[in-house]
Amino acid sequence: MNENKQALQVAALKDGTVIDHIPTDKLFQVVSLLGIEHMDTNVTIGFNLDSKKLGKKGIIKVADKFFSDEEINRISVIAPNVKLNIIHDYEVVEKKEVCMPDELKGIVKCPNPKCITNNEPMQTWFHVVDKEHGILKCHYCEKEQHKENIKLL
Amino acid sequence: MENRSLVTIANHSKEKILYLLEMAKEFEKRPNRKILDGKVVATLFFEPSTRTRLSFETAVNRLGGRVIGFTDASTTSSSKGETLKDTILMVSNYADLIVMRHYLEGAARYASEVAPIPIINAGDGANQHPSQTMLDLYSIYKTQGTLENLQIYMVGDLKYGRTVHSLLMAMRHFNPTFHFIAPKELAMPEEYKLYCQQHGISYVEHEDFNEDVIAGADILYMTRVQRERFTDLMEYERVKDVYILKANMLKKAKDNMKILHPLPRVNEIAYDVDTDPHAYYIQQARNGLFAREALICDVLGITLDEVKQ
Repeated sequence: MNENKQALQVAALKDGTVIDHIPTDKLFQVVSLLGIEHMDTNVTIGFNLDSKKLGKKGIIKVADKFFSDEEINRISVIAPNVKLNIIHDYEVVEKKEVCMPDELKGIVKCPNPKCITNNEPMQTWFHVVDKEHGILKCHYCEKEQHKENIKLL
Repeated sequence: MENRSLVTIANHSKEKILYLLEMAKEFEKRPNRKILDGKVVATLFFEPSTRTRLSFETAVNRLGGRVIGFTDASTTSSSKGETLKDTILMVSNYADLIVMRHYLEGAARYASEVAPIPIINAGDGANQHPSQTMLDLYSIYKTQGTLENLQIYMVGDLKYGRTVHSLLMAMRHFNPTFHFIAPKELAMPEEYKLYCQQHGISYVEHEDFNEDVIAGADILYMTRVQRERFTDLMEYERVKDVYILKANMLKKAKDNMKILHPLPRVNEIAYDVDTDPHAYYIQQARNGLFAREALICDVLGITLDEVKQ
């Protein structure tokens, strides 16, 4: 419950989702991937908080919002070890971890300038061919890229 | 309706490949059949490729179909900024099948997803060119009588050569042994060597290219070593004449050995090889007609039994 107490130090949350253990340098990408800037609920973003595991970490608390697995798994591309706490009535009722999905649609840019996805108004589509090493293969041009090198759209 | 488009043959099963070869063989017996009577095939060449286009258009004509299309995107609406999707949907209103060549990789896959009619990929950038692979397979099958257990020697530019990569993948069902003969700068990429290892395909790498190396080959697959592929022009000057096949290098070749080349050749096969009985690259291009007749019929849902009738 220590984690939860620290979360409470930022701001108490009655109902909603706490996204914890976000590497500091990925925090704003996570914010953007989840579309948090377009939400109208109460959101607290903690930046450069102390963390035993990471040194510094980021945290996002979103009131009255429960993400679908599909939404959550988008984060896995940039921050695979993020933890989610689902809060109901100030209590953690469920903990979730993100996992790499089998496919990524419309999240990542293809690094191949000659790929059709970079030249046509269309959605990108990648198959995760190796979850352990984070290797993505473009559904269209069939080029592979490593997770370390990805650029988000 | 099930999308029968042909984007790549890398995932085709052994049975499917043998079935298509059987169909090509049927067309070789009698290339002119009125199977496509009343059908319109669009050949959309967003990048010029005269050889491939003539081969496809001949195939359609010999099957009794009609051809519409363009040979160069600069004369079409795509030069005005029309999306590929719009062009494909517009042409889908008119034709029963689209054969397309595009300079962008993945263009054919995308077209096959948006089009209500089948698409045949006639080359998408450096990615796939399945009809070339099919005619290579047919040429090997025809000259060797089988695809099984062959010694296949690939020579020249194995790094950028799309045709050698596709052929390597399509041959995985047939227990080949590959020999890669290339300068260091144009060596077979690691990902394809890994592919061989994963599929239990044995391969040998050579840097020398001479009559002793060639002596073990059933198929000698030549490709062009292009100057523009080299970062180090000194290296190009050093290797440019090493990977040239000359008639006097064929003295120890096996009787059944055939020389293939996707064409166009420049100087990598000397002209004195043309009259050698091992030379097969011109006939190989003719096989492209039969292979393409088979591919066209297959994507239109016409079966081997229907072809035979």
